[in-house]
Amino acid sequence: MTTIDPTRATCPAPQAETERVLLGHGSGGQLSTELLDDVIIAELGTAGPLEDAALVGIADVDAVFSTDSFVVTPRFFPGGDIGSLAVHGTVNDLAMRGARPVALALAYVLEEGFPLAELRTITASVAAAARACGVPVATGDTKVVGAGAADGVYVTTTGIGVRLRDAFPSAAGGVPGDVVLLSGHVGDHGTAILSAREGLGFEAEIRSDSRPLHDLVAAMIAAGARDVHALRDPTRGGLASALNELAAASEVAVEITDADIPIRPQVAAACELLGLDPLHVANEGCLVAFVAPGSADAVLSAMRGTEAGQAARAIGTVTGGPAGQVTARTTVGARRVVDVLIGEQLPRIC
Amino acid sequence: MKYLDEYRDPALAVKLLAELHATATRPWAVMEVCGGQTHTLVRQGIDELLPAGIRMIHGPGCPVCVTPLEVIDKALAIAARPEVIFTSYGDMLRVPGSAGDLLGVRARGGDVRVVYTPLDAVRIARQHPDREVVFFAVGFETTAPANAMAVRYAADAGIGNFSVLVSHVLVPPAITALLDAPDNQVQGFLAAGHVCAVMGWTEYEPIAARYRVPIVVTGFEPLDLLEGILMAVRQLEQGRSEVENQYARAVRRTGNTAAQEVVRRVFRVTERNWRGIGPIPTSGLALAAEFSAYDADTRFATTGVRTEENPDCIAGAILRGTKLPTDCAAYGTRCTPRTPLGAPMVSAEGTCAAFHNSGRRPAPSTVEEIG
Repeated sequence: MTTIDPTRATCPAPQAETERVLLGHGSGGQLSTELLDDVIIAELGTAGPLEDAALVGIADVDAVFSTDSFVVTPRFFPGGDIGSLAVHGTVNDLAMRGARPVALALAYVLEEGFPLAELRTITASVAAAARACGVPVATGDTKVVGAGAADGVYVTTTGIGVRLRDAFPSAAGGVPGDVVLLSGHVGDHGTAILSAREGLGFEAEIRSDSRPLHDLVAAMIAAGARDVHALRDPTRGGLASALNELAAASEVAVEITDADIPIRPQVAAACELLGLDPLHVANEGCLVAFVAPGSADAVLSAMRGTEAGQAARAIGTVTGGPAGQVTARTTVGARRVVDVLIGEQLPRIC
Repeated sequence: MKYLDEYRDPALAVKLLAELHATATRPWAVMEVCGGQTHTLVRQGIDELLPAGIRMIHGPGCPVCVTPLEVIDKALAIAARPEVIFTSYGDMLRVPGSAGDLLGVRARGGDVRVVYTPLDAVRIARQHPDREVVFFAVGFETTAPANAMAVRYAADAGIGNFSVLVSHVLVPPAITALLDAPDNQVQGFLAAGHVCAVMGWTEYEPIAARYRVPIVVTGFEPLDLLEGILMAVRQLEQGRSEVENQYARAVRRTGNTAAQEVVRRVFRVTERNWRGIGPIPTSGLALAAEFSAYDADTRFATTGVRTEENPDCIAGAILRGTKLPTDCAAYGTRCTPRTPLGAPMVSAEGTCAAFHNSGRRPAPSTVEEIG
């Protein structure tokens, strides 16, 4: 029999890795924010809320401008591929500023030895997705790097759009009293990618939700106009990161109800098994919105009338609580804080 | 979701809470041993719904948290070797050693991979006969059978480039050590359902009798925990000290005997150092002599690893249940999940991380008093 010796009850002082890029810096969580704030924005000297796309005034037209790079493993997954994802990602970033996409630029970084057949397939997917969105690929660039210097292909899409009439959504636009609307199920994309990447062999196929959201946004603006205060598509970092970012930029608090968040049973089961929180898992085909209460019902109804918004629901409200705080009412009736992940979400041991 | 939604039913939760409020006439301190249970309690905010006198003490049952620093340092040293593919469950990757973590090793060029089962590590070894594949075999009784199977499989298949870095821990000796501690405050235990699914609960019966503590084998869903707490409180109120099984849908008294057999064959019981607590006799598993060829520790001669400990961290008191994370001067300031000073802040299931991730902030008065 033993007793615990309190003098042995000590703990380590770790030296955190601070001077190298970690995989977690690309996760959409706290590490991503630190990289942006401390390294990139600090050097560029820009300021203001971090929006999905920038508004650029060009001779009486509000042009909206955004760029994004896509690095995904595997490149083909249930529900999409890197090509369609690159189109949807940028079209959706423009849409989150209330814009209709006008033109896309496409850039490839290709690794020496990459099969041309696969490049053709990816490019055909880019073309099909762009056609479906009604936006031409107007310009582009291709670079090849030596074998081993890249992982097959990296795709960058840059998009330019025009702001819809009476559309002024901004990450900083939320006000207390707004209703929080979610357009569809969360967790599909990240779980599909993880499942395909790791060959986990879940019986029920889980498909990425990758899809364009500009028609959904157009319907929302038509129904709510300036009452659509803030929009964000919860990609990396999931719904939890998106809500935290909007709450911080708008200097408001957000309260959601766990039971109101639509999660497909197979996604919930996969997340449960892997120890992942569906609120932290990436999406590519849904959006969260802060909408003035007077227009919330009309906007919700308009969302449900579109293909991308059939499962839309009100999931909470914006309050005047502590700026940046996101809380959830749990299924047993208590309250918890919905935090942002630090880096990658790592599967649990048990 | 079948088998899950019924254990998250709000109406049943209200009913169980009402029963708990009606049952508890005095203050009681109950420990949930398992980090997974701590996670559910805090994530669902269950501890805040309990009657005022019922205090949940969060136990040392997070395998990530209690893996000793010297083993983490050995893992970092092995993973940094160019010939090694180091494989691990995901949540070990962020555990800080004396100088960084496995993610840092990977960023500096080490081949560190996440696997979901140790058999994946054996498969990688088969695919890369020119490399040394090491699996980080940590965890409680729950993960030991799969790890034992991997070693046996590698041995049977003659796979020579596979080895395991073992740091298994066992629950019953830790419970005994906690009860023997002079500052023990725990009056009843929720035993971890998945550990008992493997081991059964016969080992707990002499502990319950000797220390006169109720031990309730409990599952991991919100209603499991509420019912487990109710069963423990009911025993305390009635002066009983028995082993009861709340998790009957998954656990039998004798457990999974086939799993126990493979663990007995591949491992031997040994003293194990618990991070934040110290050494506890007979509380760990190491490879049996027959399988010593698969021991990464000897294969890579990791002796001489020096560890550095921080005296400020109160992890030991937190793991013994004598202090709350919010009692710590460093909590939420110098010590966060981003920059963990101690074991319970490392894993999402560690007590401090569970508190922090759910937004529990230190009371200002507490900070002044300690800081």
